[in-house]
Amino acid sequence: MPKIGFDAALGVHPAALALRARRTEVLANNMANADTPNFKARDIDFKAVLAAQTGAADQAGTLRATHQRHIQPAAPIPDGELLYRNPTLPSLDGNTVETHVEQAAFADNTVQYMASLRFLNGKFKGMMTAIKGE
Amino acid sequence: MPLMDIFDVAGSAMAAQNLRLNTTASNLANAESVSSNRDETYRARHPVFAARLAEATFSAEPQAAATEQAAAGVMVAGIVESDAPLQLKYEPHHPMADEAGYVAYPNVNVVEEMANMMSASRSFQMNVQMLSTVKSMAERLLTMGQ
Repeated sequence: MPKIGFDAALGVHPAALALRARRTEVLANNMANADTPNFKARDIDFKAVLAAQTGAADQAGTLRATHQRHIQPAAPIPDGELLYRNPTLPSLDGNTVETHVEQAAFADNTVQYMASLRFLNGKFKGMMTAIKGE
Repeated sequence: MPLMDIFDVAGSAMAAQNLRLNTTASNLANAESVSSNRDETYRARHPVFAARLAEATFSAEPQAAATEQAAAGVMVAGIVESDAPLQLKYEPHHPMADEAGYVAYPNVNVVEEMANMMSASRSFQMNVQMLSTVKSMAERLLTMGQ
């Protein structure tokens, strides 16, 4: 019998929405520090986190074993941590924030966030229809 | 809630850029202020920005540290006076002139200050825009399921 519950009904969208919100924060921080010397721009690899969350890439957090006595780490290597951006044009003061890149990423992230929100809204609407039975 | 932290981040950036605009205004206003004593002559002032990372350093949980690090924002570490040489102009009849007839004008580079002003106002605008985008995102979030 299939599992019934909010987790099953909503799928990946709540987690995606939370991650999008967190990425918004990271990008906002990059833009806030656009003029800070030696600040390094950061970002989250959304694709990698999604793959880890949905279990599509089970090998993501494990080490490759070529011998049966090789030891796997106790906990999988956490994904979704903050990475550093590679600047296309590094500036003299050590700052790697490129405002045009950040603004593009921010706009992209906002649209994706709105999309996740809309998916969730659709799911809730569907559940309401199921409850009311109209 | 991450979205609400962005108001702090953008607010800190706007405050920092505002202070940068203030120093630029002060520098431009005093670009021609001479004084009889060279040590007292006005020197160009510039803010030094630094990322706010204090909270992240003291967090025990690494994941929490990473989250807090994301919402750091910016702060003004201090204001430094430029150590560029003063501009000496030969004006022997000026009341502030020294024995050799030179008057010390401040080391304010007006062109540099104008560029600084434009950069600060662009950064300020960018943060205001970011704030309004985040506000609309939060509003949409609040009307979810309706």
